[in-house]
Amino acid sequence: MLLLNASGCLDALTAPDTARQLDGFVTKTVTPLPREGNPPVRIAETEVGMLNSIGLANPGLERFLAETLPRLARLDVPVWVSVGGFAAEEYAVSCARLDGRAEVAAIELNLSCPNVGEAPESAAEIVARCRTRTSKPLYAKLSAVVPDVAAVARAVRDAGADGLSLVNTIRGLALDPRTLRPRLGRGVGGYSGPALKPVALAAVYACYRATGLPIVGMGGVTTGRDALDLIAAGATQVALGTVLFADPEAPARVRAELTAEAVAHGFRSPAEAHAKAHEEVTEVASRLDARSRVGV
Amino acid sequence: MSRRELLGVEAAEPVGPYTLLRVERGGLDPGAPGQFFMLEAPGRLLPRPMSLCLAPPRELAFLIDPIGPGTQAICAAEKLHVYGPLGNGFRLDVAQPLLVGGGIGIAPLPYLSAALGRPPAVLGFRTERHAEAAGLVPNAEVAIEPTLVTELMEPGFDVLACGPEPMLDAVADLCPGAQLAWEAPMACGYGACYGCAVEIDGAWKRLCVEGPVLVAA
Repeated sequence: MLLLNASGCLDALTAPDTARQLDGFVTKTVTPLPREGNPPVRIAETEVGMLNSIGLANPGLERFLAETLPRLARLDVPVWVSVGGFAAEEYAVSCARLDGRAEVAAIELNLSCPNVGEAPESAAEIVARCRTRTSKPLYAKLSAVVPDVAAVARAVRDAGADGLSLVNTIRGLALDPRTLRPRLGRGVGGYSGPALKPVALAAVYACYRATGLPIVGMGGVTTGRDALDLIAAGATQVALGTVLFADPEAPARVRAELTAEAVAHGFRSPAEAHAKAHEEVTEVASRLDARSRVGV
Repeated sequence: MSRRELLGVEAAEPVGPYTLLRVERGGLDPGAPGQFFMLEAPGRLLPRPMSLCLAPPRELAFLIDPIGPGTQAICAAEKLHVYGPLGNGFRLDVAQPLLVGGGIGIAPLPYLSAALGRPPAVLGFRTERHAEAAGLVPNAEVAIEPTLVTELMEPGFDVLACGPEPMLDAVADLCPGAQLAWEAPMACGYGACYGCAVEIDGAWKRLCVEGPVLVAA
């Protein structure tokens, strides 16, 4: 089972020991041109989550390819590059440049950042444009805040996506208790943390059922049990996001907890729990009966 | 080398409106003055960045202003995860040090004072009660609003300062080359979240990685 980080939640170059606990490192989103990001304040904790308004700060594709990617490759952790843009062609240009780079294990298309403007094209149109420019595994990162995420998932699959990343943060707002003005410099931000887990589970569940594609499940994963839930809902990989901010050793802890949870549920490995939420209740019941018969 | 450990709280002592939280040191390195630690806020999602105030044997002590749910949870904790030391502290190779602090920004100055051999200090506070914290800093002269700490500063010193942003801006205007410890909301403290970005020499950089101590331009 692959354990990743959510894009934008870890810098492998400043925290290589954390990155090495993962099966793959997902970069902060790279755009064709450098971006400074949004004005401060960029971070606000809320009662059951947090808001961020970073705004895709990144050095731009050319510096990323020349400076960042070679350094990331030396960590010996497979590198997934998160690609962003403000038009389909921007995504496609980045994919074309990444296609020739052996250091890149996979490309994740960030189609759902809540902190910047969006490309005018649909997710499927962007995926289709990128598909013609790269043979790397192509994952589409989708927002759950759409009327029918399963329909979007089917459309990006039909456009050539190899997998899905579910879910991105969702737009939220927090007000200063004294001034009643927005706490973040840009007003709204992307909401993440434990409150996102049921949203992520629902999206993974629906999109697995709709597409059967490999899915990187993420959203509020704090423990191994959270990871097991996403796997049972249909995720093939699990990514850690907000939890990394509080605990740079979260990947090792979550991995150990996930293995123990899987065993406690009668599975030999976490992978065996894949998509169990989709089994008919009778199948689950008979499996539990079998376990009780052998005294597990 | 930074580490993260679950440590017991040995005491939470009131200092005026602030709390001096004494935590067992465990295997953590106290680091250099001006470096900081991320303190778990029990029951909250994110840890809080706190610079080290004092480093008695086998202890780490943090001066905390318990004004929000996170800092209040920290001050009420019996044990908490502590991660650090993080960031870049003050450079100690200065000839004529003068410590300048404002409010809760005096937090790193007691440890800094000990490292520099108790140099003179000027400290500014909002009220007499807040100024009780000046007792933590040896050789300190105190200004209470409306007097500003910058009014107590004499020329010819190597200034090392920590305090609210308007104070640091004023110190930077008076003393180019001063070492200033800045603050910014941050989620992680180790370069992961990009929440603490500040503009340095025309470029946006992460305060937790590049700072928190920066030299005034």
